[in-house]
Amino acid sequence: MGTALAIVWMKDLLSVIMLSGIYGLLSASFFVAMDAVDVAFTEAAVGAGISTLLMLVAITMTGHKEHHSRHKPFLALAVVMVTGGLLIYGTFDMPSYGSSMAPIHMQVAPRYLNDSMQEIGVPNIVTSVLASYRAFDTFGEVVVIFTAGIGVLALLSVVFHPKEIAKIHLFNDSMHEKELILRIVSKILIPFILLFALYVQFHGDYGPGGGFQAGVIFAAAIILYAMVFGLSTARRVINKSFIKFLASSGVLLYGSVGVVSFFSDKNFLDYNILSADPIAGQHLGILLIELGVGITVASIMVIIFFSFAGRREFSKNQDNKTGGSKAS
Amino acid sequence: MDFLLNISSSLCLLIGSFLCISGGVGILRFPDFYSRMHAVGVTETLATTMILIGLMLQNPDALVVLKLILILLLTLFISPTASHALAKAAIQNNLRPKLDKRESNEKVTSSNR
Amino acid sequence: MIMSHYNYWIVVVLMMIGFYIVIAHGNLIKKIVGLTIFQTSVFIFYISMAKVDGGTAPILADGIEQYSNPLPHVLILTAIVVGIATTALALALTVRIKEAYGSIEEEEIQQQDNLN
Repeated sequence: MGTALAIVWMKDLLSVIMLSGIYGLLSASFFVAMDAVDVAFTEAAVGAGISTLLMLVAITMTGHKEHHSRHKPFLALAVVMVTGGLLIYGTFDMPSYGSSMAPIHMQVAPRYLNDSMQEIGVPNIVTSVLASYRAFDTFGEVVVIFTAGIGVLALLSVVFHPKEIAKIHLFNDSMHEKELILRIVSKILIPFILLFALYVQFHGDYGPGGGFQAGVIFAAAIILYAMVFGLSTARRVINKSFIKFLASSGVLLYGSVGVVSFFSDKNFLDYNILSADPIAGQHLGILLIELGVGITVASIMVIIFFSFAGRREFSKNQDNKTGGSKAS
Repeated sequence: MDFLLNISSSLCLLIGSFLCISGGVGILRFPDFYSRMHAVGVTETLATTMILIGLMLQNPDALVVLKLILILLLTLFISPTASHALAKAAIQNNLRPKLDKRESNEKVTSSNR
Repeated sequence: MIMSHYNYWIVVVLMMIGFYIVIAHGNLIKKIVGLTIFQTSVFIFYISMAKVDGGTAPILADGIEQYSNPLPHVLILTAIVVGIATTALALALTVRIKEAYGSIEEEEIQQQDNLN
């Protein structure tokens, strides 16, 4: 709560973003204290990692001071107080913190907790609910991420004139020859980060993990590579059309696993017919869709970062051409 | 044996927490960017090491100890590199230390490779 | 009364802080950060409702009887990832707004719109 209040007061956007990263990390530790390990993992990776990174990249293009507002926000304060009061009044009827007789523990959850082992055979109940019982919601979520990636591409992608590409490559490569320690340490660490991402991906059945966290960690490794070794080198390693193909193929994989069960007269995303034994079919289905989710999330995060960074190159190039008239 | 393990692990955890707190005090009280960075960089790495060793002594199960050793190795790699990256970025943006006697508008040449 | 409902009140306070940032500050990036605070407070709300006293994480293991409710965990997992997707889109829009209007303060953008 202290970090949230500090965010309200600060005017320098760089500190605001750092504080929001700390806020994400603190809420991840809240989630661990409340026994939600999968959620804590995802919040730590996404909220404290990728979100801070994307905001920092956006700030390099939009400037990092906030102007003082001219009028006092009394009306806003009043609205906030009234809404807060009403909400607190509404929570008086809620069940106590941690009670096991609350209504949400009575209806659907006992069925998941009791029957998950027989029907699906996966120890991590969150994964089994996410990937099998509620697989349709997860499909929608993957499509949402894909759409966000497409949206960012539509907003921020630039097509360079061939003359300018060589100049930009030169600029990018010259900046990164001097960072010797960072380059060596990254070269040692990036394989381990990728290995950890794969571990989290395939181990999501038995412990906290799964497709989303693995995709985010994988993307973080690639972004680290791009930041240390230069954007042009990273673009040569990760071809742009290949990444777009990967993103769409992740969603396609997910959809086709669902459609395959149409061919045997069963429901969409019914895994029981994927193999002779229903439990093995469930395992196979969960593995495939988590793979699809991981591939899509990783490629979309990389696409978003490269779009932001490419836009920054574009605007820096414009500034150099017009003589630096834009102040930032 | 059990008693000895408990005592040593609590000792390590206490030392680690004390180092963390002293690093935090260092950030607030030191006058200059570079001394603050030094305070936090050194104490933070050692504090994490102590806390991890304390956790290792708490639970001598082989798999858990192996995972904690891996985390320790990663931290020993990453934390000093992060401090180095911060200090390097500061120098390249011409933030001089407080006691530096040179002119403040002399650009730092890339003499270090 | 206080001790049993304190988690909801913390959530409401955080939610109101996020809400205040969104409506009272003019800078677009700060509004996006406020929105993130708001979203995270909603996550804490759901997860605190899922907690059961004496339960552990919902990963099946021998010898554990009481588990926390896994259903809100699944919903919040989805919500976190959707939140980052919308934040990325919002930041992309902010970058384009800056290029089009030259500033990201809400008042200056409205002034420019009123002039046209």
